[in-house]
Amino acid sequence: MQLTKKKSPVNIKAALTLATTALLGTLPAAGHAQESSKVAELSSWDFDTAFLYYSESDRVSAAEAIINAKKTFENDQVLNLKLTIDSLTGASANGATAQPNVQTFTRPSGKGSYQTDKNTTPLDDTFKDTRVQLNAQWTQPLAENYTGSAGIHISKEYDYLSLGINGNLAYDFNNKNSTFSLGLSYFQDTFEPEGGIPVAFASMPSAFGSDENGNKALFDATRLTDSDDKTTADIMLGFTQVINRRMLMQFNYSYSKVDGYLSDPFKVLSLLDSNGYAQDYLYESRPDSRVKQSLFAQTKYHFEQNVIDVSYRYMWDDWEIDSHTIDSKLRVPLSSTSYLEPHLRFYQQTAADFYRPFLMQSNPMPMFASADYRIGEMSAYTVGLKYGMKLSDGNDLSFRLEYYRQNPKNAGYQAPDALESADIYESVDAIIAQVSYSF
Amino acid sequence: MSRSYFKPYRVSRRCYSVILLTVSLASGCSSLGVQPWERDLLAKDEMALTSSPLDAALDDHIYFSKEASSGGKSFGGGGCGCN
Repeated sequence: MQLTKKKSPVNIKAALTLATTALLGTLPAAGHAQESSKVAELSSWDFDTAFLYYSESDRVSAAEAIINAKKTFENDQVLNLKLTIDSLTGASANGATAQPNVQTFTRPSGKGSYQTDKNTTPLDDTFKDTRVQLNAQWTQPLAENYTGSAGIHISKEYDYLSLGINGNLAYDFNNKNSTFSLGLSYFQDTFEPEGGIPVAFASMPSAFGSDENGNKALFDATRLTDSDDKTTADIMLGFTQVINRRMLMQFNYSYSKVDGYLSDPFKVLSLLDSNGYAQDYLYESRPDSRVKQSLFAQTKYHFEQNVIDVSYRYMWDDWEIDSHTIDSKLRVPLSSTSYLEPHLRFYQQTAADFYRPFLMQSNPMPMFASADYRIGEMSAYTVGLKYGMKLSDGNDLSFRLEYYRQNPKNAGYQAPDALESADIYESVDAIIAQVSYSF
Repeated sequence: MSRSYFKPYRVSRRCYSVILLTVSLASGCSSLGVQPWERDLLAKDEMALTSSPLDAALDDHIYFSKEASSGGKSFGGGGCGCN
C-alpha cells in the first residue's frame, strides 16, 4: 500500500506516533531530543486503518476495526504493530434441524431457554462477544539474500484466549527474481465457554433458571470441564518467481496440525425418530486432531493499465474435507489518483466424514458427529467492488462493498417425512462493507 | 475397501507432485525474471502479492469463521474462537 511521507494536515499521525512510541518506551526524553530528530521520528511511522461491517440476514453481524502501525528503521528493519478489535452479535445456527413444530432449546449457560418457530432453522441468538487482538512482527535482513521475520500474536475475547508465535526465513536468488521461504507458526488457544465444555453426545439438559439445586445438578452432569485447549502448528513452504516485467507468481504448500478440543460446545445434533421428529438434542463430538494441507498458487499480471490478481487454493484434510477456492481481483485505474477493483471469489467444499445433518434413533451412534453446516458440503461465492483514491494530502482512502453467499448442500442424506417442508440446507447471505484509510 | 485404505497413496502422490513441481520450478526459473532496471511495474504497490494487507486480514477472519478451510496464502492457524 502506498505510504506517503507527507504530513497529514490534521495531526492524527503525530498523535498516534506519540502514543505508539510512548507505549514502546522509545519516546526520547524531553530536553535531550533535538526538535528536528523528533520530527523525523514522528514522521517515519505509517498507519493503515480499516473498519469493516459484516452482516448476515437474520443472523450474525460483526464490526471489526484494525489499526496497523509500521516503522522502517535503518538497514531495512521493519516493525509492524497491529491492533484489531471486533464485536460480534446476533444469532448462529445451533446445528439442530428445523421441525414441523416449535422447538425449545437451553441456552449455553443453562440459565434460560429460547424457542424456534416451526419449519425454521434453529438459531441461538445469545452470541455476543468482543475481541481484542495484538500482533507484533519484526522483519530484517539477516545476511545477503536472506530475510528473517518473527512475530507474536495475542487475542482475547470473553471466553477465548489465543497466544501465537511465528517465524519466517526467505532466501532470494536468481538476481532476486526467485524467492524460497519457510515459515513456522504455533498457536496455543484456551476456550472457556459459557456453561462449560459439554460431554460429547450428552443430551441437552433443561434450563435451570432459578432452580439452583434441582436442574442445576442435572445441567452440571452434562459438563466435562470449565475449559479446554487447542494447539495449532503450521509449516509453510513458499516459492515466488518473477516471470517478466509484467508478471509474477507465488506457490505455497502448507501443513497444519491442530490438536485438542476441536468441537463447538454450542452445537448440537437433532436425534430423530423414524418419522423425523426430534426426540433429543445431543452435543456434537469431533475428533481431537486434524491435519490440513493446502496448495496455493497466485499470479499477478500488469496489463497496460489494469492489474489482475488471480489465486487458487486446494485444501484437503484428514477429516476428508476437500476444498477449492478461486479468488480474483482486477484493479482498473479511473484516473492517476483513483481506481475501481471488482472482486470475485468462488469456494466449494466437501463434507467432513463425520458430518451429519441429524442423527436417527434407528441407526447406531457414530464415534463422531457434527451438524455444523460449516463442515458440511457447501459452495459459496463473493462478489464485490472496491473504490480507492489518493487524497490531495497524499493519503489513501478506499471503500469496499461485497456480497457473500453460502449455499450448503445435501451430502447424500435422505430426510425423513417430517422434514419434507423444512429447509435443512438453508443459504446464508451476508453483506461486507469496509472503509480503509492510510496515512 | 475402505476410504482410509487409499489415504497413504493419495498423500504420497500429492507429496510427489509437490516435490516435482518445486524441482521443476527451481530449475526452470533461472531463465525467467528481469534485470533490476526492469522493475518499474513490479515495484508498484498494486503489484505486491498482498497489495492490501488489511483487506486480506479481514477476509481471512471472515472465511476462517464461515468455512472449513483457512490459510494457504498465509498461516491459517488459530487466533480466535470464531471457528
